[in-house]
Amino acid sequence: MTQAAQMDLRARAESLGESLPALLAAADHLAATVMLGEHGRRRAGMGDEFWQYRPAHAGDSATQIDWRRSARSDEQFVREREWQAAQTVSLWVDPARSLQFSGDTSRPTKSDRAQLLALALSVLLLRGGERVGLTGDAARPRAGRAQLLHLAQGMASDAASPDYGPADYGTPDVANLTSHSRAVFISDFFGNLEDVETALAMASDRGVRGALVQILDPAEEDFPFDGRTIFESMGGSLRHETLRAGDLRTRYLDRLAERKARLETLARASGWHYLCHHTGQSAQSALLWLFTALERGR
Amino acid sequence: MFMIGPVGFTAPLLLLGLIALPILWLLLRAVPPAPIRRRFPGVALLLGLKDDKAETDKTPWWLLLLRMAAIAAAIIGFAGPILNPDTRDQAETGPLLVLMDASWADARDWPRRIDRATALIDEAGRAGRPVALIRLTDTPADVVFQAAGALQPLMAGITPHAWTPDFAGWAKSLPTGDFATYWLSDGVDHPARADLLAALQSRGSVTAFESPRPVIALRPAQFKDGVIQLSATRLPANDAATVEISARGLDPAGIERELARIPLTFAAGGADAETALSLPPELRNRVSRFEIAGIRSAAAVTLTDDSLKRRKVALISGSGGAEGLQLLSPTHYLRQALEPVAELIDGSIADVVLANPDVIVLADVATLSPDENDTILDWLDKGGLLLRFAGPRLAASDVSRDTEDDLMPVRLRIGGRNVGGAMSWGEPKSLAPFAEGSPFYGLPIADDVTVTAQVLAQPDPDLANRTIAALADGTPLVTRKTVGQGQVVLFHVTANAEWSSLPLSGLFVQMLERLAVSTRPTAPDAADLAGQTWVPQVAMDAFGTLGDAGEMAGVDGANLAAALSQTGPSATMPPGLYAGDDRRIALNVINAETQLAAPAWPATVAREGLDVQTEQALKGTALTTALSLLLIDVLAALALSGRLLGSLRNAAVLAVALLMLAPTQPHAQETLPDDLRAIEATNAVRLGYVITGDARVDEVSRAGLRGLGQRLFERTTIEPEDPLSVNLETDELLFFPFLYWPITTDQPGPSAAAYAKLNRYLRTGGMILFDTRDGDVAGGAQTPQSRKLQLLAAPLDIPPLEILPEDHVLTRSFYLLQDFPGRYTNRNLWVEAAPPNAELAEGMPFRNLNDGVTPIVLGGNDWAAAWALNDNGTEMFPIGRGYAGERQREIATRFGINLIMHVLTGNYKSDQVHVPALLERLGQ
Repeated sequence: MTQAAQMDLRARAESLGESLPALLAAADHLAATVMLGEHGRRRAGMGDEFWQYRPAHAGDSATQIDWRRSARSDEQFVREREWQAAQTVSLWVDPARSLQFSGDTSRPTKSDRAQLLALALSVLLLRGGERVGLTGDAARPRAGRAQLLHLAQGMASDAASPDYGPADYGTPDVANLTSHSRAVFISDFFGNLEDVETALAMASDRGVRGALVQILDPAEEDFPFDGRTIFESMGGSLRHETLRAGDLRTRYLDRLAERKARLETLARASGWHYLCHHTGQSAQSALLWLFTALERGR
Repeated sequence: MFMIGPVGFTAPLLLLGLIALPILWLLLRAVPPAPIRRRFPGVALLLGLKDDKAETDKTPWWLLLLRMAAIAAAIIGFAGPILNPDTRDQAETGPLLVLMDASWADARDWPRRIDRATALIDEAGRAGRPVALIRLTDTPADVVFQAAGALQPLMAGITPHAWTPDFAGWAKSLPTGDFATYWLSDGVDHPARADLLAALQSRGSVTAFESPRPVIALRPAQFKDGVIQLSATRLPANDAATVEISARGLDPAGIERELARIPLTFAAGGADAETALSLPPELRNRVSRFEIAGIRSAAAVTLTDDSLKRRKVALISGSGGAEGLQLLSPTHYLRQALEPVAELIDGSIADVVLANPDVIVLADVATLSPDENDTILDWLDKGGLLLRFAGPRLAASDVSRDTEDDLMPVRLRIGGRNVGGAMSWGEPKSLAPFAEGSPFYGLPIADDVTVTAQVLAQPDPDLANRTIAALADGTPLVTRKTVGQGQVVLFHVTANAEWSSLPLSGLFVQMLERLAVSTRPTAPDAADLAGQTWVPQVAMDAFGTLGDAGEMAGVDGANLAAALSQTGPSATMPPGLYAGDDRRIALNVINAETQLAAPAWPATVAREGLDVQTEQALKGTALTTALSLLLIDVLAALALSGRLLGSLRNAAVLAVALLMLAPTQPHAQETLPDDLRAIEATNAVRLGYVITGDARVDEVSRAGLRGLGQRLFERTTIEPEDPLSVNLETDELLFFPFLYWPITTDQPGPSAAAYAKLNRYLRTGGMILFDTRDGDVAGGAQTPQSRKLQLLAAPLDIPPLEILPEDHVLTRSFYLLQDFPGRYTNRNLWVEAAPPNAELAEGMPFRNLNDGVTPIVLGGNDWAAAWALNDNGTEMFPIGRGYAGERQREIATRFGINLIMHVLTGNYKSDQVHVPALLERLGQ
């Protein structure tokens, strides 16, 4: 991906993110790994924002006493700060070649949509003060808007490695997942489902919750083919020849439905959320859903 | 030339290529359609799937057949096929005479005859034969043979004539020398055919051409027993057939149009057919001709003259009320004479003049009131005919005694006279012959008509001019004078047989006819027409087209009578309408006795049809067929390999999208039958939204009302079902208490009927929330939406509006509100203005406003977007920013709840101001 294309992706992602209010993902954990961030917990704790003055009582160290406030009265007051917690969100955007597919020239490729969604979500999360990163080594979770550039670069380098090239179908990368953080996996999940299962199991073991977003092209939902056809995967590793493609349609759709159902069951079993998104639809609806999915936690 | 049937081939050897077709069959069968390679990630799911049917890779048989047909067509095309190749040898030489009957019977297929004649002349031209063309309806004249090139330019201008060909005349004036004859016969026998044929055969060979088309001729219409009798004859009389006869004439506006149409059915094998047409007199009098629809021939048209017309005659007698003997009634004989031939009207003078009769008969009526006098004078000025009969009353009265009465042609002497009676001298007087210039001129005098009593005219200077019939002794019997465009005629005797035997005679009827009081029931005979000159007014050509006769000379009555009864029209007397003094005679091609007969050709005459067979090269056609078959093959091959379907599917999607754009049926529920929809709309409270035609806006309206309904369900006792879309044109509005109408700039305006429905809806308590969705309805800036709203709302019955006052019941019908935000937060909302006399309620912070739910609410805050929930139950659109936005959405929802409460409970909350007063009363 060229520099210009990166900038373009970032610009579009930002414009998509701007149309929504800032996201404050609810952090329902109290974990050792809590980082300071801008999540007001509406209770006293560690943080930068002033919360309240309370009378000092036994057990408070002298350093905690706010002398400026205490000087105005006879009692001693402790200045409390709001307890704030930042959430880490790790994104995995499938770099596999199968996402390069687009059923119609008027539609973006699946990987285009996947990256756009991921980056838009990142914009929102970063604006909310969250730490966002990619799984794997490309971009470790960090806060701040500068991270956007790293994310875009990371996704771009994943997607277009000219030498060996990505595989035909991707496997979720769960390396470097922070415990008790959030994760979003965006792929078409046409690869081996066992791998997804393993990845989800590993993530759940670490207390990671999140969302699976399956991105499909409408052509993959409809199977609008007929006649003698040789189907090839995007990389050419898989091949299937048929004389009457139209006859395969119902069976193909059955298998697709089965796969979706399995993904959904898998997601529900491990406390994740599952969404099937089509490139023919507006990206905004998927982004909204991702929003709420991360917000709900549960 | 090698011939197969009517088709010849210029290069027949190429046809051997057809033998190679079976080999091609084998070759083509061996090659299967090529597969398509597709990149498709979903292949992972396809792995392991087997094809259902083990179909061969080979091309299907019908595609093979198509390809073979294409190749066969190409081979045949290159072999040079020619349809009807001209293989005749041009053996005949010498002059050629082309005879055309060119009569009315030719008109039915004249262009084909001209084509045939042209082909004959062209052929003669190619063979170098001199040629002559004769129209047998022309007046016989000398004909010379000339080069074909001299005739060819004239062919297009030759037309047939609407009369019978003059065979006898032409038999005598044929060109000299020997010649061959081609005779284009009209298929109807005419007199003296044998003579002409004999003369022609003595000069050379004769070939006759006949058309197989039937000749249908319409006979003149006759009025009998109150209906119009129509009859037609045809030749040849073969299968049963039905023709339509249309009666044409002027409509009241003076434009010619079809007045009636009636089918006429020929039985199988029957040459004649009859039918009866019953028309009201007003219509019948206007019929000017009958024609067989769809046939262009003078024989299919029959003009009607005055014979169909029935004049309206009003009979008024002086002793109307008296009970007397039927035979003594003053009008009995008039009635007898006129009843079969005229429409009789009875009644008072004032009444009958309103019916605008042609003639008013006053039988022995002496004095008229001044009012009646004026009425009749007015009517006379417009062309009426007042016919008066004398009688005892007239004789005894002083009418027209000293000065001439307006309604009398002459002055009368006192008392009249009696002759030939028991108490008087002399014999009863008989009639003098009618003078030239009298309308009765030419009528024979009946000897048995005698007059015993009459009123006498004063000898005035005008008397001689005004007398149109006199007795043998010179005393006037009938006098006439003109008044305006009309005339007054006085019979100096009674209308019954009391004073004379005139009413008993046939002459009386004829005199009435001449005066145009009645019209004759039968065809005119020579005696009727004799002595008059008839000027053609309308002439008909052979095609049955009517035209102005122009400057044609008038014809003598005797000749016309002969033409009518026997000879038929001729060059000097074309068919048409001939006008005489006071009546018109129609001369038709076909008269009541005409019989059509087929000409009998002796065996020595060769007969041919009219069809011209021309050479036609089929090469182009065959090659085009081959090419189009190959094109079909391309499509079929694409379809077989699945490549066609994609584009077709796109087209289908496009078509569906176009359907969605159409404003009528965007949702499936629209297609519900009316009853089901009515039940669905009324079994619960349902909110409605107006379909704008913009699918996005409609979807938002739907989602918005669904969201509002959900909130109502949660918070109030209103439990609405899902909203329904409303098409203003087709749907009933009365089921909906509330309509949400978003304004888009390009929505179509409702029809007049829809506006009527909307106004009824608004008047009967419905409410419409207009939403311009621009956030700026009252800001003064004219947005496109608000202009559109003005346009849409102009025909609506909307009361005066005002910006929602602070004490309006909408601010407190459920929640207490002062803001009404939607997606925008414009404060201004327009509602029906409060009555100007509203006063502040006692002890309350608001005015006494208890009547009238506002029928419309008008704003631009895009409420539906604020209310909208998607299928998952989450908000469709972000509102405002952060928590403030959520607050705004909440207020918007509250406004929606207030609005629906206001719609459903009316001014209940406003009536609450009376609660203290009510409680106080209850307390007493």
